[in-house]
Amino acid sequence: MYESEGAIVRAENAVENESLTRRSFLGVLLGFGTVVMGAALSVPLIRFALHPLLTKTTEIGWSDVGKIDEFASLREPMKKLITVEQRDGWRKIVSEKAIYVLPMKDGALRVLSPICPHLGCSIPWIEAKQQFICPCHTAVFALDGARISGPAPRPMDDLESKIDNGMLKVRYQYFRQLISKKEVLA
Amino acid sequence: MADTHEPEEKPVHPLTSRRSRLYEWLDSRTGIGSLLHEALDEPIPGGARWAYVFGSVLLFLFISQTVTGVFLSLYYAPTADHAHTTVAYIIKEVTGGSFLRSLHAYGSSAVVIVLLLHLTQTFLYGAYKGRREVLWISGCALLGLMLAMAFTGYLLPWDQKAFFATTVGTNMASEIPWVGSLLKRFMRGGNEMGTLTLSRFFVAHVFLLPAAIMGLVAAHVYLFRKAGAAGPPSEDPVHPRLPTQRFYPRQVVMDTIVALLMILVLGLLAHFAPTELGPKANPADTQYVPRPEWYYLPFFQWLKYFKGPWAVVGIVIVPTITAALVIVLPFIDRRLERRPWRRPIAVGIFLAILLTLITFGLLSKREDRLDPAIAKQVAKQNEETEQFMREPFEPEAAASSLSAQAVAVLDPLATAGKKIYDSESCDACHGENGIGTNAGPKLAGATAQKTAEELSNLLRHPTAKMLAGEMKPVDVSDEDLKALVAYIKSLK
Repeated sequence: MYESEGAIVRAENAVENESLTRRSFLGVLLGFGTVVMGAALSVPLIRFALHPLLTKTTEIGWSDVGKIDEFASLREPMKKLITVEQRDGWRKIVSEKAIYVLPMKDGALRVLSPICPHLGCSIPWIEAKQQFICPCHTAVFALDGARISGPAPRPMDDLESKIDNGMLKVRYQYFRQLISKKEVLA
Repeated sequence: MADTHEPEEKPVHPLTSRRSRLYEWLDSRTGIGSLLHEALDEPIPGGARWAYVFGSVLLFLFISQTVTGVFLSLYYAPTADHAHTTVAYIIKEVTGGSFLRSLHAYGSSAVVIVLLLHLTQTFLYGAYKGRREVLWISGCALLGLMLAMAFTGYLLPWDQKAFFATTVGTNMASEIPWVGSLLKRFMRGGNEMGTLTLSRFFVAHVFLLPAAIMGLVAAHVYLFRKAGAAGPPSEDPVHPRLPTQRFYPRQVVMDTIVALLMILVLGLLAHFAPTELGPKANPADTQYVPRPEWYYLPFFQWLKYFKGPWAVVGIVIVPTITAALVIVLPFIDRRLERRPWRRPIAVGIFLAILLTLITFGLLSKREDRLDPAIAKQVAKQNEETEQFMREPFEPEAAASSLSAQAVAVLDPLATAGKKIYDSESCDACHGENGIGTNAGPKLAGATAQKTAEELSNLLRHPTAKMLAGEMKPVDVSDEDLKALVAYIKSLK
């Protein structure tokens, strides 16, 4: 057994030494195979690492504002605190945001963001004057959010809302300040 | 000027001339030629064999474990609060997360299997003989470190299985005479299992053990090269006589084929039978029946036979003696005879140990099946795991989300203050719950140094610096101001 093993190895070595091209051909084949396999194996790794970029995990969903009956007889804007749930990877951030529900007009409810389109202060509803007046730079808005005076470049921002099963729901968003067109902040 | 160092033009094949010029350029700068020669042209007495693939496959598996482990840590958080959520997130939400985690988990089993095969091959071929004592000892150390990797990694998902298996595992350490209790508390970071235990296991699993393994792998490979490949059992281990064959290409091809088969099997397993995650660890659960991973089952079964004061024999004395015997094997077994049929005692003992381990493992499974109470509890645990796997991922509420509710419960005055904080638009600049924004500084935790009176004063009469930052004097009733101050001071 010992002898025959040696003979085989000797013969193989002779072949190897005779032509190095077989060695380099195998080298190319192995190198190529390794690169292909490596590329194939790195696909799941890359997809895994890119997951947060390829999925919208931070999108804000719908928040409950209240039953529509509550708003049916509104005469002036009503401030409501809503709970906004935002995803941050494996955790969720639950925060409270203020919004205004406007008196019903033509059977439709509108929801306003209280954030001033000027520099982002929260605008209180001043009952005595029946106006929204921003405390920071005195931008003034009408009951329906329309701009009356002051530095604000546009009316108060509408929030997307819907009525679902008798429940008023709103999608809370932030908008870019200091521009005349309403633009969602990503 | 003619370059006198330019080598003479040799006739080269047109297809290879380009490659070799690049190669020469690189070689003259890096010495890659001699490196490759050193790595690939290692002589193997008697030629390449399938029996020699295990070392390379282990190295390959270790690299695979490292890569998958690094990627898993992208989403993992090693604290008792978050570990389970993050692993659930990885397997239920992250693209390919279940696949990668399963590759990593099955990979650890594969490492143990191939380690055993590597050890068995080395033993049966007598490849530890002939000036290979240090090489053998470095291998034993690597075996120990790999088992430690498996033990520490097992806790990280922080599910019921992980928690209770590790509770038992760390409890065993306390059986060690004199230092046992200290060692247990050192491993746990206290008397009980908790978030400090997880931190410690994490640090060991991803920093300390891998660093030690990398160093020892380098030493192991170096020592292997120093001693030379031992060749078949018929070969003289010190002065090989058989004609040699180089490591490259035949052995390299064999190693690569087995490594690829390995990754294929692991990939198929990970894809079709992904590793599961059970419900989050509940330390208050008194019913849970912990069972270790399969490769620790023989030891687990073995310990059942040592009750009460005898536990120290089963946990410490016998395993220590066994490990010591394995480590000093090349010093005891000094004959140069390598053929297994000529070393019946050594091979007999080795096979007996191997058979005992297998028997104990199977016995453990059998006993669990035959004991109705345990079988029922294990079935229940499996059902709980299945149930958890079916549930959609539930994100964890961030701590900052909860502070507002906590305030509301604690202090009615502060609750009233929050309403004023919101209606006065303080949140516009100072943020939700005083967390701060670009427009205004953080209030939470920032007012501890000030008395309520000082704070009220500041709100009524802001300093010049505050006024410059667009802070407006607060214009509310004294009562409301008191509530507002209470709220601001409650923010943590």
